[in-house]
Amino acid sequence: MDTIEAVLNGNKRSIAKLITLIEEKSHDAKEILKKIYTHTGKARIIGITGAPGSGKSSLVDKLAKILRSKNKKIGIIAVDPTSPFTGGAILGDRIRMQDLALDEGVFIRSMGTRGALGGLSKACYDAAKVLDASGMDYILIETVGVGQSEIDIAKLADIVLLVMVPGMGDDVQAIKAGIMEIGDIFVINKSDKDGADRLVTEIETALGLCFEKKELKPPVIKTIATEGYGIEELVETIDVLWEYLTKKDYLKIKRTNRIRQEIIGLLTESVLNNIMTTYSEKIEFLVEKAVKRQIDPYSAAEIIIKEKSL
Amino acid sequence: MEDTKKIRVLIAKPGLDGHDRGAKVIARALRDSGMEVIYTGLRQTPEQIVETAIQEDVNVIGLSILSGAHNFLLPKVIQLLKEKNAEDILVISGGVIPEEDILGLKEAGIAEVFTPGTPTSEIIDFIKTHVK
Repeated sequence: MDTIEAVLNGNKRSIAKLITLIEEKSHDAKEILKKIYTHTGKARIIGITGAPGSGKSSLVDKLAKILRSKNKKIGIIAVDPTSPFTGGAILGDRIRMQDLALDEGVFIRSMGTRGALGGLSKACYDAAKVLDASGMDYILIETVGVGQSEIDIAKLADIVLLVMVPGMGDDVQAIKAGIMEIGDIFVINKSDKDGADRLVTEIETALGLCFEKKELKPPVIKTIATEGYGIEELVETIDVLWEYLTKKDYLKIKRTNRIRQEIIGLLTESVLNNIMTTYSEKIEFLVEKAVKRQIDPYSAAEIIIKEKSL
Repeated sequence: MEDTKKIRVLIAKPGLDGHDRGAKVIARALRDSGMEVIYTGLRQTPEQIVETAIQEDVNVIGLSILSGAHNFLLPKVIQLLKEKNAEDILVISGGVIPEEDILGLKEAGIAEVFTPGTPTSEIIDFIKTHVK
C-alpha cells in the first residue's frame, strides 16, 4: 500500500496517478479511496464557476498566489468540456496559471467533463478527496464555462464563487433561477469595463429580493483578475464567510447533505447496475412489448421492481 | 465511451518563440481523434513542462519548437523526466528542425520528430501505436 502513504505525504506523482485511476473508474481507485477517506474533510473546498471567458482561470491563478503568500497549500482542479462527438478535449485552463507550475505547494490537475453535463466531471468529487487527504489547505475547483443551470459545483464546494462580467444581459438575468441561486460570493470580474457598477447594483437588488430571510446576503466583490485588483478583498471575504459558515453550523449541514447525496448516488448506481445485469433479457423483452404498445413503460418498470423484491 | 481509458497529451512550447499556430493545429487534431490535450501556452521552461506532465499524468508530451534552440531544450526535457523517474512518458517533437539534427535528438530520447508538412493523421497514428 505504498500509494496510500505517498498520497498522504503529498507525493505529486502518486496523487496524479491516483486521479488517473479514478478517471478510469478502476477498482483499485475505490479501494484506495476507502483507505484515505478518514484523512479528508480538512481542506476548504472553493468552487469557481461562471460563463466562458469570464476570467475564472485568471481568478484561480491570483487567488492561489495570495493563499500561497499565506503559506497555504493549494490543490486546483480545472475542468474543461469533453467533446460529445469524439470524446476528445482541449484542457486549456493552465495557460493562465503558468507561474504556479513550479510552486512546491501547488498541485494542478486539468480534467475533461467526459460526458457529465453539470459543469464538473464525475471524477472531480473523488479527485477532490485525494487532494484533501494529501494535505492541501484549499482546493480550488474551476468548472467549465457555464450557462444558466450547471450547478453541480454547489454539491461539491463549501463556498461557491460565481464569476460574472459586465455586459452579459439585463437585470432580469439577475433574478433568474439556476446558477444565480448557488453563488455564496458574487465576483464581478473585468470590473473596469462599462456597466460594472450597474451589474453590482442589479445583483445586490436581486439578492435583496431572494435572501430577505437569511442573515447573510452573499457579498458582491469587484475584481480585475488580470491586474490582481480586488483579489485580497476576495480572499478576506472568503475567510469571513468561512468563519460564519463554521460558527453557525452551516458548513456541517452543507457537508452532511453532500455526503448523504454521495451515498444515495452510489446506492442508485449500484442498484441500477445490478438490475441491468440481472434483468437485461427481461428488460429487452418488455421493451419489445412496449414498442408494440402491448404494455406501457410504467407497468414494465413495475414488473421488474416486483421481480426484484421477490 | 466515457468510461474508456483516454490518451492524455501535453502540448507545450518550450523556449522563447512566440508562434503557437502549429501547436494549436496539432492540439485540435489530437482532440478530434479523441485524446485529452492539455495545452499550456507559450514560453515554457523545460522544468515547467516536466512538472506539468507529472501532475497531469500524461502519456505523451508533444513539444513544438520553431526557435532553433531544439538541441538544447529538447534533451533537457528528457533529462528532467529521467530525474523524476518519468521516462515512461513518450516525448515527440515538431516544428522547424533541420534534417541533420533529427538523429541526435532521437539519440537523446525524442521518440519522433515531425517536420512541417506532416499529415496530422501520421502523428495520431504514431501516438496510438506507441502509447501502451
